[in-house]
Amino acid sequence: MRNTWIICRKELHSYFVSPVAYLLLTMFGLIFGFFFWNALGYFVIEGMQMEMRGQSFPMNLNEQIIRPLLSNVSVVGLFFIPMITMRLFAEEKRSGTIELLATSPIRDLEIIIGKWLAAMALYSCLLLFTALNFGFLFRYGNPEWKPLVIGYLGLLLQGGALLAIGTFISTLTKNQIIAGAATFGVCLLLWVLEWASGYETTTWARVLAYMSVITHFESFARGVLDSKDTVFYLTVIFLGLFFSARSMESLRWRS
Amino acid sequence: MHIDILDLHFLKWFQPRMFKCGSAKQGTSTVANKFSMIEVQALTKKYARTVAVDQISFEVAKGQIVGFLGPNGAGKTTTMRVLTCFLPPSAGRATVAGFDVLEQPLEVKKRIGYLPETPPIYPEMETVEYLKFVGKLKGLSGASLQKRVDYASDRCAIADVRKKLLGKLSKGYRQRVGLAQAIIHNPDVLILDEPTAGLDPKQINETRDLIRSLAGDHTIILSTHILPEVEQTCEQVIIINKGKLVATDSVRNLQARARGAESVRVEIAARNGILDAGIVQQKLEQVSGVSRVVSQAQEDGHVVFEVDSQKGHFVRGDLARAVVESGWDLNELRPAAMSLEEIFLQLTGAEASAGPEQAVPKGERP
Repeated sequence: MRNTWIICRKELHSYFVSPVAYLLLTMFGLIFGFFFWNALGYFVIEGMQMEMRGQSFPMNLNEQIIRPLLSNVSVVGLFFIPMITMRLFAEEKRSGTIELLATSPIRDLEIIIGKWLAAMALYSCLLLFTALNFGFLFRYGNPEWKPLVIGYLGLLLQGGALLAIGTFISTLTKNQIIAGAATFGVCLLLWVLEWASGYETTTWARVLAYMSVITHFESFARGVLDSKDTVFYLTVIFLGLFFSARSMESLRWRS
Repeated sequence: MHIDILDLHFLKWFQPRMFKCGSAKQGTSTVANKFSMIEVQALTKKYARTVAVDQISFEVAKGQIVGFLGPNGAGKTTTMRVLTCFLPPSAGRATVAGFDVLEQPLEVKKRIGYLPETPPIYPEMETVEYLKFVGKLKGLSGASLQKRVDYASDRCAIADVRKKLLGKLSKGYRQRVGLAQAIIHNPDVLILDEPTAGLDPKQINETRDLIRSLAGDHTIILSTHILPEVEQTCEQVIIINKGKLVATDSVRNLQARARGAESVRVEIAARNGILDAGIVQQKLEQVSGVSRVVSQAQEDGHVVFEVDSQKGHFVRGDLARAVVESGWDLNELRPAAMSLEEIFLQLTGAEASAGPEQAVPKGERP
């Protein structure tokens, strides 16, 4: 436990000493800010039009702003996650510092979990930016907070699952670009698998769609905490970290 | 080449005239009766297609400095990686302080400080930050961590770069930070992979002094392909080539063993100013025990030859007599320094090859 914390702190340190963290935070903040501005603008104009026509449909901040925005965050996250995880192991393997970690009295799993937690921490910082924007809704409107919290929980679980996959891919190579590109490819694939259910209803299509990370996010975005989806994400996290550990062990046998 | 800079040290080896044939004591008999810190038995490491280390066995006694000598690609790094639990052995056993590297890797790792060939530093960290991080990894904390960080940076003379980013340090400083990192948890065993590679001569000397000064507290294995380095810093030598153990011996014995045959530099001048180099060479080749005569320089009335003797023959006396009896002046007659390559080839049983700077050998080879 202590060793995991040491590794985690060291990783966070290198994220925040280099421009990596700030660049990701800036880009994410800009992109999400644009989405937020768009969604809010649309909401306001719609509201004004309804008032002019004298209609009074119920308008709901949760349904019309928060829910689509959370889905957006989950998709944008797919693009940022490879950039967070690609260096985790690839960099250490390239520079030789992996020898220091591997010859210290510390277990492989502690190294892996420490690094994954640091990636989670950086990812949470990205999510914190979105909380800033949602704060405005609470200041000037009256949305429900429970669905929002569940939405964030879903984002964390989904991010954790993809970060675990990214961590695993990073243990496979010395080359950060390969690690990043492969992680990006896998993330993208896990996203578009959902489309398989669009025109097919065979079992295979359903299985493929079930494997998509996006499918499982839907319920969280609606503010529903579904154990099926939670278990799915937790399983992917476990598998990703487990494969990372196996991969690190195999490094010793292969190299 | 490091050898170029340091070749002078070899002269020291060959000054005392001990003309014994290679009757050096074999094996680790001097070690076996002491407590051995490191034991390696029939260690083999195979990669996909190649055998990097083949059936190596040796022991290292507590508190000793051992030089691990061999050309590049001999399997030094692989052996060290097995000892540090970075790689598992394919066959055989290795124990450090009584703990098996396969069965109790955590216990072994606690007792080992390791400096890989490239110091494992994070360029974005400051020196002190880095040492603290490594100290914590090795299980130190609180006041003892601070104490050890101060001690290690003091010992390795890196106190003046405490607050500098490691990425901005020079090669020499990085190497010293690497050493400080290795000793931070006061390990029983230090494993140093080519600790002086890539340093300038002054830094090399400083690093060697540092390593020697660490010997009292730690058992040290250091790898190198530079023979004088072993001679200067180590008590015991383990020579490997192509993954096989060639010799484990004390430095003194190794020196004696390398001295089986001699190579002599002869400078001859003529009394009357005219000297036919061809005739001189013929004369020298006729001396019994001479295997090869190579012309090194020729001027008017002044020639230099390098003469190799056959193994077990010592020809200097006969050479001197032959020169004087022919009516020439003997200006110089001294043993030529042997390069690492020659000694190494001799020990591995191969034939010494002529260096590129030498002229084409004319005499018969043994």
